[in-house]
Amino acid sequence: MSEYIEHDRERVSVGIVAKKQFTFAAPPNAMELESGARLGPVTIAYETYGSLAPDRSHAGLVLHALAGDSRVAGYYAPADEKPGWWDCMVGPGKGIDTDRYFVVCANIIGSCMGSTGPSSANPATGRAYGLDFPVVTIGDMVAAQKALIDHLGIVKLLCVVGGSIGGMQVLEWSVRYPEMVFSAIPLATTMRHSALAIAFNEVARQAIMADPHWDHGNYYGGEKPGLGLAVARMIAHITYLSDESMRLKFGRRLQDKHDFSFNFDADFQVESYLRYQGTKFVERFDANSFLYITKAADYFDLGKQHGDGSAVKACSKAQAKFLVISFTSDWLYPTYQARNIVKALKKSGRDVSFCEIEAEWGHDAFLIPGERLKTLIHGFLERVHDEFAA
Amino acid sequence: MNSPHDLIRYDLQLIASWIEPGSRVLDLGCGEGDLLQHLIARKGVTGAGIEHNEEKVARCIEKGLSVLQGDISQEVLDYPDNAFDYVILSQTLQQVYEPAALIRSMLRIGHKGIVSFPNFSHWGIRLQVIFTGYAPFSRQLPYPWYETPNIRVITLKDFRKFVHEVGMRVLAEVAIDTHSQDRYGRIIAFLPNLRATYGIYLIGKQ
Repeated sequence: MSEYIEHDRERVSVGIVAKKQFTFAAPPNAMELESGARLGPVTIAYETYGSLAPDRSHAGLVLHALAGDSRVAGYYAPADEKPGWWDCMVGPGKGIDTDRYFVVCANIIGSCMGSTGPSSANPATGRAYGLDFPVVTIGDMVAAQKALIDHLGIVKLLCVVGGSIGGMQVLEWSVRYPEMVFSAIPLATTMRHSALAIAFNEVARQAIMADPHWDHGNYYGGEKPGLGLAVARMIAHITYLSDESMRLKFGRRLQDKHDFSFNFDADFQVESYLRYQGTKFVERFDANSFLYITKAADYFDLGKQHGDGSAVKACSKAQAKFLVISFTSDWLYPTYQARNIVKALKKSGRDVSFCEIEAEWGHDAFLIPGERLKTLIHGFLERVHDEFAA
Repeated sequence: MNSPHDLIRYDLQLIASWIEPGSRVLDLGCGEGDLLQHLIARKGVTGAGIEHNEEKVARCIEKGLSVLQGDISQEVLDYPDNAFDYVILSQTLQQVYEPAALIRSMLRIGHKGIVSFPNFSHWGIRLQVIFTGYAPFSRQLPYPWYETPNIRVITLKDFRKFVHEVGMRVLAEVAIDTHSQDRYGRIIAFLPNLRATYGIYLIGKQ
């Protein structure tokens, strides 16, 4: 997801940030997961931006998607090649204005960016968990984030915002801890995966598991299942684009050549691009984390989990004011799925705004700098900030 | 009392005058949210709007209004009964495909409805048809027949009859002579069906 991010043209940035860690649920107080398994101790990597007012109001929580991390904006060092994954949205004077709001972003559990996941050391063995890591759900991720928010002394979040799997966490937050969420912005997301979304995830997981180096998840210390993970990323990446964006970005153009090679090298630019994205991803991401997080996304079903199968019943637990946003060319979570969220929220009497943004960039549109999304979020936050204070 | 908020369109000022302070209002086809903003600022209402145009929806949300993008005839179906005190349909009825269904929905989800529309039996329009032989074209109806979004031809008399036929009641009405964007106008009490450019109706259940 971070391939879109570039240095801010006007050099507006939160500047140098630091990753922090919070550890809780040490045995015997291990965290009980939705599956019934127990996990502990649990470490969460997180970052904060802006300053927390003494009354701890105006705090926002940003939730990241599959491959994201806690560094939503800024740099760890001045020489960093790229800023955080949503630097275009989070910073001084930006859509989520760090001069006005205290922003928290935490790495989800199950990931590999500093929070406890399958690549973390299993206290029982001293070696990486691998597949001994319990399957975690979106609900478990949110429960862990709640422990962090409690630790930071924040009683009620002004806003919880995120896209894609981050958007699922937003929805989960709003019904799991309704009294803690004053407003919520689920972006480019769904209340549950379609068969299409599950299918792509399954193909990606199969690619990882088919790599001989995967070895039932037991590859730590040896060679990584790099090929499998690269292919998984390539598959996932296609679902984040759109026919239109791929046509504009690549068309049928060839990569560094004038004619076909008549072999199986990357002839087309799109092939070359996907290979590059796959290879880059392997450097920074853990294959088992990919399995766990995609499984959590596939299991997510807001109505089933919180409303006995009824999305309306689930949504009626929420107290937040909502801004739901979808993008016209997102075929992974098409607008009808966002409208289903809006419909359930309306039926349950919630205050909900909704905008379908015309965008050609597919699912990834929410990560790409754009005025429309920025001003929508900015305006909505100003409003809920006023109402929160009142 | 002469803040800029007072200077919304004249027809909207009249609609606002019917709204009780602190009530819950839904504006169908809310445009850029001028009326909602006025009602929130001046009447302390809890306001929501529905608008199909992305650009306008975005303007509304940027202003801090609770507005959702969608087709009004579809979107009204999702609200619980009596979710609002007033449901407003301002200058949009003439573009609605199924007016009876929409009016019924309005009075299902709201206690009262407010409907306004351009009056097709204004004398200027009548004279145009009689003397020029062309379809009416005026400041209230500024489209040639092949481009008009106005698929319904309504007069004040037609609307009163329609309200009765769908089993609703007219609680109040006002006819005005004003141009579409005017901030000032006058109320027409004498021969309104002939002399008014717009009609505004407060309707309720029988």
